[in-house]
Amino acid sequence: MKRRNFLKSMGVATGASLLPFLKYIPVEAAGRKDTLVVVAANGINSLDLHRKGTNRPSYQVTVNIYDRLVRFGVKKLEDGSLAYDSTKIEPEVAESWTISEDGKTLTFKINSKAKFWDGTPVTAKDIKWSFDRAVSLGGFPAVQMKAGSMTKPEQFIAVDDKTFRIKLPKPSKLTLPDLAVPIPFIINSTVAKSKATAKDPWATEYLHKNPAGSGAFKIVRWDPGQQFVYERNEDWVLGPKPGVKRVIVREVPSASTRRALIERGDADLYMDIPAKDSQEIVSKTGGKVKVSGAPIDNCLHVLALNLKYKPFDNIKVRQAIAYAIPYGDILKAAAYGRGKPMFGGKDMKPTSVEWPQPFPYDTNLEKAKVLLAEAGMSDGFETTLSYNLGLAAWQEPTALLIQESLKKIGIKVKLDKIPGASWRTAALVKKRLPMHLENFGGWLNYPDYYFFWAYKYGHLFNSSNYKNPEIEKLVNDTLHMEVTDKQYEENVKRMIGIAFADVPRIPIYQPYLDSAMRAPVNGYASWFHRQLDVRSITKAGV
Amino acid sequence: MSENLVTVVSFSLFLFIIFLGLFGEFLAPYDPLATAASNTLRPPSWAHPFGTDNLGRDVLSRVIVATRLDLSIALSAVALSFVIGSALGSVAGFWGGWWDRIIGRFSDTIMAFPLFVLAMGIVAALGNTVENIIYATAIINLPFYIRVSRAETSIRRQAGYVAAARLCGISEIRILATQVFPNTLPPMMVQISLNMGWAILNAAGLSFIGLGVRAPDAEWGIMVAEGATYIVSGEWWLALFPGAALMIAVFCFNLLGDGLRDLVDPQRRT
Amino acid sequence: MLQAVPSILGVIIISFVLTRALPGDPAVYFAGAMADKESIEQVRQALGLDRSWIEQFFIYVGNLVQGDWGQSLKTGQPVTEELLKRLPASLELTIIGLGLAVLAAVPLGILAATNPGSWVDHICRLLVTAGVSLPTFFTGLFLIYIFYYLLGWSPSPLGRLDIFYLSPSHVTGFYIIDSVIAGDLEIFLGVLAQLVLPTITLGLFALAPIARMTRGAMLGALSSDYVRTARASGLSKSMVLLTYAFRNASLPVLTTLGMVFSFLLGANVLVEKVFSWPGIGSFAIEALIASDYAAVQGFVLSMALLFVTVNLTIDVILAITDPRVGLEE
Repeated sequence: MKRRNFLKSMGVATGASLLPFLKYIPVEAAGRKDTLVVVAANGINSLDLHRKGTNRPSYQVTVNIYDRLVRFGVKKLEDGSLAYDSTKIEPEVAESWTISEDGKTLTFKINSKAKFWDGTPVTAKDIKWSFDRAVSLGGFPAVQMKAGSMTKPEQFIAVDDKTFRIKLPKPSKLTLPDLAVPIPFIINSTVAKSKATAKDPWATEYLHKNPAGSGAFKIVRWDPGQQFVYERNEDWVLGPKPGVKRVIVREVPSASTRRALIERGDADLYMDIPAKDSQEIVSKTGGKVKVSGAPIDNCLHVLALNLKYKPFDNIKVRQAIAYAIPYGDILKAAAYGRGKPMFGGKDMKPTSVEWPQPFPYDTNLEKAKVLLAEAGMSDGFETTLSYNLGLAAWQEPTALLIQESLKKIGIKVKLDKIPGASWRTAALVKKRLPMHLENFGGWLNYPDYYFFWAYKYGHLFNSSNYKNPEIEKLVNDTLHMEVTDKQYEENVKRMIGIAFADVPRIPIYQPYLDSAMRAPVNGYASWFHRQLDVRSITKAGV
Repeated sequence: MSENLVTVVSFSLFLFIIFLGLFGEFLAPYDPLATAASNTLRPPSWAHPFGTDNLGRDVLSRVIVATRLDLSIALSAVALSFVIGSALGSVAGFWGGWWDRIIGRFSDTIMAFPLFVLAMGIVAALGNTVENIIYATAIINLPFYIRVSRAETSIRRQAGYVAAARLCGISEIRILATQVFPNTLPPMMVQISLNMGWAILNAAGLSFIGLGVRAPDAEWGIMVAEGATYIVSGEWWLALFPGAALMIAVFCFNLLGDGLRDLVDPQRRT
Repeated sequence: MLQAVPSILGVIIISFVLTRALPGDPAVYFAGAMADKESIEQVRQALGLDRSWIEQFFIYVGNLVQGDWGQSLKTGQPVTEELLKRLPASLELTIIGLGLAVLAAVPLGILAATNPGSWVDHICRLLVTAGVSLPTFFTGLFLIYIFYYLLGWSPSPLGRLDIFYLSPSHVTGFYIIDSVIAGDLEIFLGVLAQLVLPTITLGLFALAPIARMTRGAMLGALSSDYVRTARASGLSKSMVLLTYAFRNASLPVLTTLGMVFSFLLGANVLVEKVFSWPGIGSFAIEALIASDYAAVQGFVLSMALLFVTVNLTIDVILAITDPRVGLEE
């Protein structure tokens, strides 16, 4: 981290408002029609996603102010809600692309209409610089790029101004979708390089507060800890023109205040509204507020059992617990019905590659007791169930209900809530929690991608310390395989079958991501990154 | 006249709270931990006078049972800071000199902290268990006991009866323990009573931030914090009743402390 | 002044040790989601967290001396910048809260002192004791529910200004003053409206010590010889009360105000949380939860400095107004 002296930091204090200074937001009706007020639980901490320490809410800035080579399409769900379509990849900065015969070379042709905010065209050199940056700065961006088999700057080639090429060590179905996630965004390298220093060759200090992109929105104001303001880039032509001119994203930590704001019409959109509120708000406001949401792809709320701790190394104990979870009650009291059940499957052998799919367990205390007795634990045992304070809204009621139900089969559970910041260390890095609630969701919507993160030994979200040589081999074989490959279906079914039988992670339900908005707001879509893409939003006159 | 009335009322309230603290679990109409997924978020009724919470638990039972936990946190914290604070304070006041300087600096250092944040820090660092909440509350109250005890001791160290005891050849430690210390007790009692209310508020505040008692144990602060999220959706009873219980308990201790102060230190009221 | 140095040193050491004892690992937090062990280690080295505590401590103190308080992990800004920006918000809240409390408590105290032992006295006492018995977070929540959500009289509890106003250009950081400087009545009223509920919440809590001290000091002053003389010489009752008695009673009240002010600055942590107030208190809570070392240490240190400054100022004021109090004390 770059150290500053006091005077210099004072200079930056005024520098934060160097962003084109916007003093008033027009309050008159016309202004309101053009302005979208969004309330969010957490604020952003950087305008640069490649920077170390950038938090999750900051991802939305990257989504809205930067462009990528490609993006996912949007589809309409059965209930009329919109959601991203993981199967459809659309052009953004790249107007077209070709994949070589051997699948190891991707060549992109750059749209000549793509222009940075300063009017200069987006070139292959900018893309190369940005991608080099994504794989070189380490941390999460490098890890996510690696998922698409992109690890070294040598893989990225600027053939000429309008042609960009990626070379891969092996063909992979994950590369193209990985270019549509927020990470490989395109920076104006001329601007950035002019601000780079010997100590900071990637201009992280500059881009942290001063974005340099080509996207549909610009940031005109950022008051850390309070709010930030987007303004439409009128010159953006890489997609339909965004419907709102200005977006204010206001940080409101209290969930009930957020709800009050949207109910009273002081806010237009509320991202990630708790299930209970999303169930009540529509009828309570007489339709003045509507809710749009979809199950989060490739995401599961699970009870994870850590195999490093006895008796969870015993498969019968794990299965017993899977039979003792009060699934229905949890779905009712913790998810308020906003979850897809992941229990009550028919067969121990999966019949499809659909993921996630219900596991073949149900609440059956008799069966649980029998299994526990078979494991030689008919007297039960004591353990600790940990959950994340930051996710207490669903995890606390879930944990309480599990605690109560396990007591009935003789398992005494102590609850331990862990503050958000310590959670990652305890659960995912040290993997030292015997029994805990977890909710990994994979950005790339493939079952093998989920297994890669959550079932492979040593991987971050395998907080169960689960180790199975067959899973290791299956995931390695399948991860980069095309879904049309004959072997793919067989491999994935086998993986799911093993997960059914071994249950190191007991799925409870697949959560929804719901957002509430005032009736005039349209065009909201759910995204895998769980952030707001404001480009598609429109707002009718009030 | 009415002053006595206030004291009588607050004293009977105090007895009632102690009674709830001791026998709460027998008085509670339901098991405070028993959930009922089919009976969640019900408004107050005859069956559940304070309503039920998001897991169908009876709020009245939880409010009653929480009395013991809140009281014992406050009592142990106050007892702890009383014991340590009066020991340090009387040493500082009786011997003065370096003792006084070191203990004085120590107490100043704690006072220079934003006290609630210090308590938050301690609980966050040591982990949120009941013991650590007690330690944190005790530590932030320590300076007040040190001050009172130091002041009361130092004005008495040259008193006639102390000088007389010295002449009799009684050791300094014994003089401090048998002659001086007992005389500092009345003002310390006032401090304790006033402090009880503040200790309860402090523990509840920690729980409100999420650094308090663990679920599923019932505690007033945590119940208010959890209930707070339901106020806007109209389920006001979740926060109101534990909040009111908290308020009444603190109110009662404060009034009692006030009354005690008048007894101990009558000139202050004239 | 010199007396304060050991306390400040003590605060620096304790806050350093305390933050290192927090269970969260900043390197893990900083490395972000999905980071592997290797990148976590890289971050740890970059933050200097792989060094021993002793080394880290001297680096920290060395930086402090140069005016570098470190960088907050959570907001990505230098800690000094964050604190300087947020401190006016907290001060504005605290000072106005205290002001409201004084406006209510001093008359109550005087009223009680002029009728000691009467029912007025007891009502005053019950009122202020009730105020100090209310948990601030609970009062705040119910005030919001009633005045914003049910009645709609109060603006949305969203910090210092409603969404559609942007802050007045920065001069002092106190929005009330800045909006006056900017000559913008609308923003001025907007700022006031936001302040009403949180300052009442905070003020209720400060009633008791001020009212109690006013009452005590007034009782003392009223029974003094000069007041009796003034009364005997036929001066009007209110004249005696306000000029003679209250002027003499104001010194101890002022001392109490200093203590209450420092105390309120700490206590408004919870009020700030409830009202999404962008002050240093809410900053501290989030920093603690996120194990944000530099931010927590910076907050504690700035509060300690403030505490010392307030006490010093009170001493100076006392010395000026009352020649009997010497500065050398």
